[in-house]
Amino acid sequence: MTDIAATVRPASGSAAMLRHARYVIGENPVTGLAFGLFVLIVVAAVIGPWIVPFDPLASDTVVALKPPTLVHWFGTDQLGRDVFSRVVVATRLDFIIAVASVALVFLMGGLAGVAAGYFGGWTDRIVSRIADTIMAFPLFVLAMGIVAALGNTVQNIILATAIINFPLYARIARAEANIRREAGYVEAARLSGNTEWRILTFHILPNVFPLMVVQMSLTMGYAILNAAGLSFIGLGVRAPTPEWGIMVAEGAANIISGEWWIAFFPGAALMVAVFCFNLLGDGLRDMVDPRRRT
Amino acid sequence: MLTNILRRLVTVIPTLIGVIIVTFLLTRVLPGDPAVYFAGPAATPESIADIRKSLGLDQSLPQQFLRYVDDLAHGNLGNSLATGRPVVTEIVSRLPASAELTLFGLIISMVIAIPLGILAAVKQGSWIDHTCRIVATAGVSLPVFFTGLLLVYVFYFLLGWAPAPLGRLDVFFTEPPHVTGFYLIDSLIAGEGETFMASLKQLILPGLTLGIFSLAPIARITRASMLAVLSSDFVRTARASGLSSYTVVITYAFRNAMLPVITTLGMVFSFLLGANVLVEKVFAWPGIGSFAVEALIASDFAPVQGFVLTMAVMYVALNLMIDFVYGVVDPRVRLEG
Repeated sequence: MTDIAATVRPASGSAAMLRHARYVIGENPVTGLAFGLFVLIVVAAVIGPWIVPFDPLASDTVVALKPPTLVHWFGTDQLGRDVFSRVVVATRLDFIIAVASVALVFLMGGLAGVAAGYFGGWTDRIVSRIADTIMAFPLFVLAMGIVAALGNTVQNIILATAIINFPLYARIARAEANIRREAGYVEAARLSGNTEWRILTFHILPNVFPLMVVQMSLTMGYAILNAAGLSFIGLGVRAPTPEWGIMVAEGAANIISGEWWIAFFPGAALMVAVFCFNLLGDGLRDMVDPRRRT
Repeated sequence: MLTNILRRLVTVIPTLIGVIIVTFLLTRVLPGDPAVYFAGPAATPESIADIRKSLGLDQSLPQQFLRYVDDLAHGNLGNSLATGRPVVTEIVSRLPASAELTLFGLIISMVIAIPLGILAAVKQGSWIDHTCRIVATAGVSLPVFFTGLLLVYVFYFLLGWAPAPLGRLDVFFTEPPHVTGFYLIDSLIAGEGETFMASLKQLILPGLTLGIFSLAPIARITRASMLAVLSSDFVRTARASGLSSYTVVITYAFRNAMLPVITTLGMVFSFLLGANVLVEKVFAWPGIGSFAVEALIASDFAPVQGFVLTMAVMYVALNLMIDFVYGVVDPRVRLEG
């Protein structure tokens, strides 16, 4: 009996969530569109390298700098590489950078913030002071400084992007944990003899979680923009690797002489991805927290 | 008023200490031995030891920190490896270019975004409201370097209206005599109309790029706070008293709606100062951002550190200014202090 109850309840819960999701998407077709785009991005990220018509690194100088044609949908760059293949293949790297940095800051900022809000006192003071200090910098500038200091690698781009988003996550988690510190169910858990750490992990964290997930999808777009900005100025990703930011940088010189497609398509891909994440974030927020609907 | 300003100034001190500690730590976590790094590729063990001594790296970390603070107090940010000149000199000589560009961009975005936000709130649900929403969503999704390149393509290559995106002034012009460092102002002071027009032409595209980038948050917050104020009791009373809708919207509602807008400016500046670096790279603008980028590529760390510190100090100062402006606009803040 208990087995059945345990298996049935989450199923019906997720079914209700699904119904609710379908309702929200039906209400707001833009969220549906964003979700479609998101699926497209994930597909490109997963199977991109196998479906592209050309090798993204193979240069063919005979067809260099050709505008878009039926063979080369997005044209070719100065080395004769197929821009379409490069844009599709780059999806994976950009997606990984964004997801990894957001997951990292979710862990760091979320845990630090929840601990600060729940324990208060010195923990709170230290976490808040760190967040304030990060906020004292223009964020992109700080990211530049961090990557310059730690070394010019993709991992450090991820780390820098996570660090500059830390205050945002820490503050939200702190505020949410702070409200729940004296909540009835927390008091009950405390009275039944749970340790503070147990209350924090099993009672506070799961309640703060949904809001943090919304925050994640809202900051995904910003994370991609930030990482692409860093690689645009020559940090992180190295030259032949296909990545949207560095591809725009490579095509920048050709804009003046009219070869717009080299920079345009990776830039447009970047824009669509960020647009998609922002819309998706708004949609998710509507689902999780209907009060903040705009 | 004076005690309030002093009290606010005191709160800046811990922030500045934090900023200095972070910029100090940034150099000390450099992978490998900083002495080897600063000595360059052709270093011998003796020269590395010399450099270690001259950089004070043989001392303990707190001592090194004191030395760093002492250097800062004397305005010494080290030397640029590439140019051999002190970083402070470089930054001071390039700062006006960046400041002119950033302020111009901010003015453009405020001139567009604030009226747009007001109109969107006054005519809620109309086409202008939808325009405002589209602009706000698109504005945050556009990578700033991409917008810049698109503008260059359209206005320089296709239409030929804008000059080549290469710096502050066309090569045929000489820069105006230095007074403020802002070419627009300096050329006016010198009475050189042609130079003024030439530098304005160079400034429009990068300024517009920055403007489009910072448009979104300003338009969004203006609309939201105007909506809140327009539905308040005192606006209803003003309307009921038969005041013209212009007086109600501008004199009564807008002045109150400005407060959240001013607060958002702090965040907008954070974005602008970062975006500035990217825009300077696109338009070959000789400001501190492109200076830092060149240094970054050459692994020349002293200029980068100086740049990060300068930007942070400027950002703290700007936030301070925003607080004072807030006090001027809203007398209640002054009273509560």
